[in-house]
Amino acid sequence: MSELNCLTMAQARDGLAKGDFTSVELTQAHIAALEASRELNAFVTETPEQALEAAKASDARRVSSNSGGGEAGSMEGLPIAIKDLFCTEGVLTTASSHILDGFTPQYESTVTANLWRAGAGMLGKTNLDEFAMGSATVTSYYGPTVNPWRRSGDDKKLVPGGSSGGSAAAVAARAALGATGTDTGGSIRQPASFCGIVGIKPTYGRCSRWGIVAFASSLDQAGPMTRTVRDGAIMLGAMAGHDARDSTSADREVPDFEAALEKGVKGLKVGIPEEYQMKGMSPELLALWDQGKAWLTAAGAEMVPVSLPHTKYALPTYYIVAPAEASSNLARYDGVRYGLREEGETLQEMYENTRGEGFGAEVTRRVLIGTYVLSAGYYDAYYLKAQKLRTLISRDFREAFDKVDVLLTPTAPSPAFAIGEKMDDPIAMYLNDVFTVPASLAGLPAASIPAGLSGDGLPLGLQLITHPFDEETMFRAARAVEDAAAFNAEPTLMAGDGS
Amino acid sequence: MTMLQGNTGDWEMVIGLEVHAQVISEAKLFSGAATAFGAEPNTQVSLVDAAMPGMLPVINRVAVEQAVRTGLGLKAEINLVSVFDRKNYFYPDLPQGYQISQFPKPIVGQGTLILDLAGGETREVGITRIHLEQDAGKSLHDQHPSNTFIDLNRSGVTLMEIVSEPDMRTPEEAGAYLRKLRSILRYLGTCDGNMEQGSLRCDANVSVRRAGDELGTRCEIKNVNSIRFVQQAIDYEARRQIELIEEGGTVDQETRLFDSGNGTTRSMRSKEEAHDYRYFPDPDLLPLEISQGFVEEIRASLPELPDAKKERFVSDYGLGTEDAGLLTAERATADFYEEVAKGRDSKLACNWVTGELFGVLNKSGLGIGDSPVSAAALGGLIDLIADGTLSGRLAKDVFEAMAETGKEASVVVEEKGLKQVSDSGAIEAEVDQVLQAYADKVAEYKGGKDKLFGFFVGQVMKATGGKANPGVVNEVLKKKLGG
Repeated sequence: MSELNCLTMAQARDGLAKGDFTSVELTQAHIAALEASRELNAFVTETPEQALEAAKASDARRVSSNSGGGEAGSMEGLPIAIKDLFCTEGVLTTASSHILDGFTPQYESTVTANLWRAGAGMLGKTNLDEFAMGSATVTSYYGPTVNPWRRSGDDKKLVPGGSSGGSAAAVAARAALGATGTDTGGSIRQPASFCGIVGIKPTYGRCSRWGIVAFASSLDQAGPMTRTVRDGAIMLGAMAGHDARDSTSADREVPDFEAALEKGVKGLKVGIPEEYQMKGMSPELLALWDQGKAWLTAAGAEMVPVSLPHTKYALPTYYIVAPAEASSNLARYDGVRYGLREEGETLQEMYENTRGEGFGAEVTRRVLIGTYVLSAGYYDAYYLKAQKLRTLISRDFREAFDKVDVLLTPTAPSPAFAIGEKMDDPIAMYLNDVFTVPASLAGLPAASIPAGLSGDGLPLGLQLITHPFDEETMFRAARAVEDAAAFNAEPTLMAGDGS
Repeated sequence: MTMLQGNTGDWEMVIGLEVHAQVISEAKLFSGAATAFGAEPNTQVSLVDAAMPGMLPVINRVAVEQAVRTGLGLKAEINLVSVFDRKNYFYPDLPQGYQISQFPKPIVGQGTLILDLAGGETREVGITRIHLEQDAGKSLHDQHPSNTFIDLNRSGVTLMEIVSEPDMRTPEEAGAYLRKLRSILRYLGTCDGNMEQGSLRCDANVSVRRAGDELGTRCEIKNVNSIRFVQQAIDYEARRQIELIEEGGTVDQETRLFDSGNGTTRSMRSKEEAHDYRYFPDPDLLPLEISQGFVEEIRASLPELPDAKKERFVSDYGLGTEDAGLLTAERATADFYEEVAKGRDSKLACNWVTGELFGVLNKSGLGIGDSPVSAAALGGLIDLIADGTLSGRLAKDVFEAMAETGKEASVVVEEKGLKQVSDSGAIEAEVDQVLQAYADKVAEYKGGKDKLFGFFVGQVMKATGGKANPGVVNEVLKKKLGG
């Protein structure tokens, strides 16, 4: 455990500050870890030269700042991974889709630009479900990512969750100190739960969407994936902020999230939504949830039963709204200007060939669903009704938050499943998002914290949800759960510790 | 005559117009790219206009101001909350695969436009709505034998779609609508109104019915690019529909294209083939909220508009409505007139501007802004008439010379020696000579042939090269002949 790649972000930050090691050393350790964990297929593109260059520049800045030449950034010298949905200047950006073949942006997304400004360096671009559509990172054109965890006594390869599965696997395997994810219906939280790490989806509008390949604009939100809550607070602080180039970006100060961590939960009212107790839930998941309540109670919080009556409509609502927006957002991939083009005799044929070849089955399915629900004659029955339900779901949360400060729920209905499972059953796959989707529809901040292991030794997460822009309370509660859970189990495949 | 004669009786045309007006603005509706006309292809394209992955639209404040200004100019209600929607369809010059437009909640609601018709008549036409939307790029089909080239300079440029009620009944009214709308847009400075460059484009909805009947099925004629063509297209389309119905057929609701080569319209796509645009609110943009204060600020900055100006010209300058309409159609013309009329005989000024000046401009194809005779110069000419230096006839010669050379009236008069002779002594000498030369006619006149008086005047004027003051000539002649 002395390897540099096994440090937390906060430890690495402090070690760099003390001069225990350089960013170049830290980065080299991560590059080695990344290379050692290639069997996970966590990365679509590795950028070791870029990472080392950033590290050198950071070390130079640190030398100059130590001699009074300006302050080190909040993520100075820390190597991280970037979900391949963020456009990165001069670096292939694929959204894990064939249709973006060869697409190298001339621009840098706001969130990644913020991270580089804070001093971080990029190790590579991580794999995801194609266009972030999926819950297992199995729909990627670049092949599935493998979860570094295995069931005890079983070597079957498991999914890392999705869509930010590459990021989750890389962070769990210690191949990156942290990684960016994006969450549309659970794409940060669910893979965090599957890989035993912390995943934070901030309030919609907290991080700019500018330069992130769009899936569903009204839901997409970037967030950090890290091994500790503190690391999540550090990284979110660097990612967040108002951006005039995103009309939905919130013009608000970014609080010092790290400072909120140790405020404790004494006196906090924690809501337990009764509707999240679903039929057929596994006893171990229920037990974990109960454990979470006990931990928070012991830390001084009060458990309050609340009702979110429209919860059962969240999943169908999500699977109308998100595909509807996606069907329109993905119209720009037409073979005319960038990415894949498959020629045809006519314009129509070129469109059909390009999109037919370029999009995988899940993306095609969602584009078709989205086109259908927006069509004349179906719009009112589907899209409009879904919008109304979305309003009701948000109202449920608002009313609950009149009574409580934070909600505690499981993150996902199951631990990681095997690659190949559920792949022929989209509905079963969609059910993965049942606990994460409601907060997405309401635009609320939510975090998944690793809290325990399933009977067969796989990580399980608990989810904390708070008011819009009250990430600080979320971090306080998350820190309390983390502290009580003392989750220190390690994945089977972990780079750099000899396993 | 507002009815069309068919074989089975009279028919009424029902016409509504949808005008796409390119908004005058330095930047595009949702990006900072420039909008100048005629730039090299693909040189005014931002990442947003090219719909690169992850790019997001941000509304341009100027475009919103211009839409509100236009709405106020058309006495329309301004919606403080409006919503941008996506209109989805595939075409290579539409990079996003959707156009950002406004569908159920436009920025401007109902308004009114007053048509100026022949003989000074007016008629009101309802404005249904105005909404903001993005223009598409341009497909260039003639650059390569098998490929189409795309120019995205226009992609994302701000358009206002101005929709009228189906209130017009003749092609002439449609023409008057477009002229008036263009005039108001130019007054407001919200659109340059240039139909040739495509900054003003018109779709016409046409149907026919028997007087008093329900509305008939309409056809939409797309993208007609001059006022004359709009009138031609409507006329052709109405006659086509009448013939069809009278032969026992029915009109199909469809979109048609106007062929300016032969003045006909032809089917472009039927209702069944119509796109399903799958409109839905653009999730990249919040509803557009503007404050009443913002609207009032714009209202306070509105210029005097053609209708108000016309009314003022009638009441302040004593002009007829038709002349006032002519002078106020363009703001530059109205300003020109007012400069000429200032401190002068306003009716005389009107005659000179609408007569001689418009004649010269029409002949040379120039706009008022390029007039070879400035307002000050025309005023100077009128002053020379007023102080008796020039007769009306001489003034016309002077004006011609001014138009040709661009010189001041006084300079022309000086150079050509065209100054009117009012010195009675000099005129008397000319009169004496004429009377002497035509002694026989003098005798006839004195014998009772009064009509010959005009002949003597003419001879004197001819002898003086038109420079003699006609009043003085009359006086002297009367004295001499009467004596």
